[in-house]
Amino acid sequence: MTDTAALAEPRPPRRRPRTHGVGRPAWSALVVTVAAVVATPVLAVVVDGLGNSAALPRDLGQMILTTLALMLGVGAGSLVVGGGLAWLVTAYRFPLRNLLVWLLVLPLAMPAYVLGFVFLSVFDVAGPVQSFLRAVFGADVWVPEVRSLPAAIIVMSLSLYPYVYLMARSALIEQSSGTYDAARTLGANRGRALRRVVLPLARPSLAAGLALVMMETLTDFATVQYFNVQTVSVGVYLVWKGTFDFHAATRLAVLVLLFAVAVLVAERALRGRARYHQQGGRRQGFEPERLRGARAWAATALCLAALSAGFLIPVAQLLVWAVGQVISDASFLADPRFAEYLANSLLVAGVTSLVCVGLSLCVGHAIRLGGGRLVSGAAQLTTFGYAVPGAVVGIGVLLSFAALDAGLERAGVPGGTGLIVTGSVVGILYAYVIRFLAPAYQSVSASLEKISPTLTASALSLGAGPRRMLGRVHLPLARPGVAVALMLVVIDAVKELPIVLLLRPFGFTTASVWVYELARENFWEKASLPALVIVAVAIIPVFVLVGQTRRREAHRTVPGKAGQ
Amino acid sequence: MTAQTKSAPAGRDAVGAPPALTLEGVTKRYGSARGVEGMDLVVPPGELLTLIGPSGCGKSTTLRLVAGLERPDAGTITVAGRVVADTRRFVEPERRRVGLVFQDHALFPHLTVGKNVEFGLHDLRSGERRSRAGELLDLVQLAHLADRYPHELSGGEQQRVALARALAPRPAVVLLDEPFSSLDESLRAQVRRDTVATLRETGTTGVLVTHDQTEALSVGTRVVVMNNGLIEQADSPEKVFEQPSTRFVASFMGDADFLPAHVHRALLTCEIGIVSTVPGWADSDADVDVVLRPHEVALSPSADATARVSAVEYHGAFVLHHVRLASGRTLRSWQPHDVRHPVGTPVTVTVAAGTSPTLLVGDRAVTTPPGNAPRIAVAP
Repeated sequence: MTDTAALAEPRPPRRRPRTHGVGRPAWSALVVTVAAVVATPVLAVVVDGLGNSAALPRDLGQMILTTLALMLGVGAGSLVVGGGLAWLVTAYRFPLRNLLVWLLVLPLAMPAYVLGFVFLSVFDVAGPVQSFLRAVFGADVWVPEVRSLPAAIIVMSLSLYPYVYLMARSALIEQSSGTYDAARTLGANRGRALRRVVLPLARPSLAAGLALVMMETLTDFATVQYFNVQTVSVGVYLVWKGTFDFHAATRLAVLVLLFAVAVLVAERALRGRARYHQQGGRRQGFEPERLRGARAWAATALCLAALSAGFLIPVAQLLVWAVGQVISDASFLADPRFAEYLANSLLVAGVTSLVCVGLSLCVGHAIRLGGGRLVSGAAQLTTFGYAVPGAVVGIGVLLSFAALDAGLERAGVPGGTGLIVTGSVVGILYAYVIRFLAPAYQSVSASLEKISPTLTASALSLGAGPRRMLGRVHLPLARPGVAVALMLVVIDAVKELPIVLLLRPFGFTTASVWVYELARENFWEKASLPALVIVAVAIIPVFVLVGQTRRREAHRTVPGKAGQ
Repeated sequence: MTAQTKSAPAGRDAVGAPPALTLEGVTKRYGSARGVEGMDLVVPPGELLTLIGPSGCGKSTTLRLVAGLERPDAGTITVAGRVVADTRRFVEPERRRVGLVFQDHALFPHLTVGKNVEFGLHDLRSGERRSRAGELLDLVQLAHLADRYPHELSGGEQQRVALARALAPRPAVVLLDEPFSSLDESLRAQVRRDTVATLRETGTTGVLVTHDQTEALSVGTRVVVMNNGLIEQADSPEKVFEQPSTRFVASFMGDADFLPAHVHRALLTCEIGIVSTVPGWADSDADVDVVLRPHEVALSPSADATARVSAVEYHGAFVLHHVRLASGRTLRSWQPHDVRHPVGTPVTVTVAAGTSPTLLVGDRAVTTPPGNAPRIAVAP
């Protein structure tokens, strides 16, 4: 999962969306249909997985333990790195701090499957580090195994820590400034106010960031394979690709789903019953303390170390390889596969993006027309795909299409949908829509909700029916959200790897799959150019995100503006 | 129905034309909370009706029901003789011929002033559309701003555009939801006068929702006072103020104090003495409450009086005196700005000559003695 969009807006408190009319049957039905289409694959997995007794892999116990260890390890790692860095840049001033505050988000643009192979190239047996050690200490010097669980934990923590970092930072500076002021006026000194007020208030945000990290970890089954780490998600992939046995795959997929549910339940528990929703206007917040001398430079070094390991060094390495490639063999650039795979990526991403944004717009529009609890419940349901691991969505899509085939054959269509489904990209598109409807909807509905309900009511009273309303009022006014949604989904879809791996028809390759395949074969130099393209694409939403956050923070400190 | 044509002489269409709006037994509940309960209302063409009440009284719900933004649980709503909502039928808001003007004006920010006014005219050809929009902008004297965007206008101008936009499709009735409350105090009176003038000039039927008593009394040809989902009184502004039908209306529409009183042989007496005579109550002997408004209460300093001035509020043209009676009850009295009795002054309290105050039994106003075929004063 590559849900940059999940971070774009701070989670608003859940409330029933405001409605502006009595609902329209056709539009309400559309929302319910979208919800049903999104939910079907996951329901199919649950029904099939619980209803069969196919043999499970013999090493299932080991897989579960590995999954647990990986998730807890990556969770702890990103909590230490992300939480620690957020604390450092918020509570202290030191050289380069103002720059590092934003740069530290950059690893978000580095997919774990790219960082992973760069890490391997540097630290594996043939890499420069081990060669150097052998040259100095002799050939039989002991080095820890690189293709291992701890290494996977390090790599994934480095690429996922920004989720915790961003959440923690916004909690530290936005959520608790007012209460911090109150604590100070009540006589608490700086340290006590931070310990007793700010940190406890940041807990729900840390939990939310942690949950995102764990979901990403759970959904991955490509990166971990570099490191020979067998999680349950990998299990689903290998069982399906190895035996094409639906029942065994779905039973494992249910297990993956259980892990996801556990993460969400744990997040709820960590958040507690408290609703730490801050109200009130612009506040001073706590003043960062200026660090001096060695301590200041140590802080800078810590931040730079995380940034280098997670972004700068890998990008530099990729650049070196890519330049080397181009110099040694310029024809590489003209490799038709490069263009083809990139075009595949963009095509799939573009179609997904249009479908997701179109559906989001219709759902958001229908909600504004009213329709009651059923419609708003269905709208909620359309976004739940973001919390379902890729392996589950993938297997669910396959199952649903298999059932559709069987149904069509029974209905007298020989061969059912035939190869349209398993032999084409339709399955990938379906799975992508399920996965990326949430970020699209978030962005679009945020824009729609800014439109005053009186505007909708006025347009109705002026004779605009639902369709004219959508075209003339809602769409033009929601344009910023629509644009952001289109871009975010394209980018997330270009980065996405596990679903394509699972669902791609024979002979269909995208840029991300190509990177993965080349890297698995240790063709690191060859993988560098498409990897750089992916990183370059993925960096766009990071800039958007940073821009949004900066604007929000600037807004907060505009004098005289009773900020919200 | 051509009631909204600019040139139509007012009143012509009133003859034989169906009411612009009727509500019969309209009920809307939100869960267990009451929105509107069994509401009956008839608005003849050309009337400007104000709907007033405290927040949550159901006035906004009424507006949403008429506009078609809510579906009634029971009852029938008709607009210009056509049933738009009852238990079976429901006409969508875009087909109701009901115009809306909101407090925030709700102009489309992405359209120019001209395009905003044209929005509701999409059935017309573009030439007709433009000329009709121009006509309306002339009416509100904003023709020169047709190419501006809403954010480039002042609040008062936005309000006028909103009115022009609502009037453009010739709605059977225009609903105005607190249209002036977002405007500055200084601007409000002017915009209000202009709006009322425009509505009258076009002969438009209007329902104006407000929570401002002065506005309700000064704008409407009829005032409907709502409380807790029910209509308390629907009458001319004068009647609502001078002959409130309930205790709620008396206290909500203007200041009022209540004193226990007694009517004996047509003579109304209470703590401050004889108040007035009550014609038609010659044979009665009844306990009532008397409603006294501050402008009806006269004060004169007198050393042996038992009432004392307890607070004095300077309001500019007038000075409001709070007077504490021997019983501990308080009355208020408006005095000219040069009259100021210091706090603690003993004063004699009387009721200004010629006053015939409203009498209440329980929470209802009465005009005949309670024991004697009680009849509750309601709207005629």
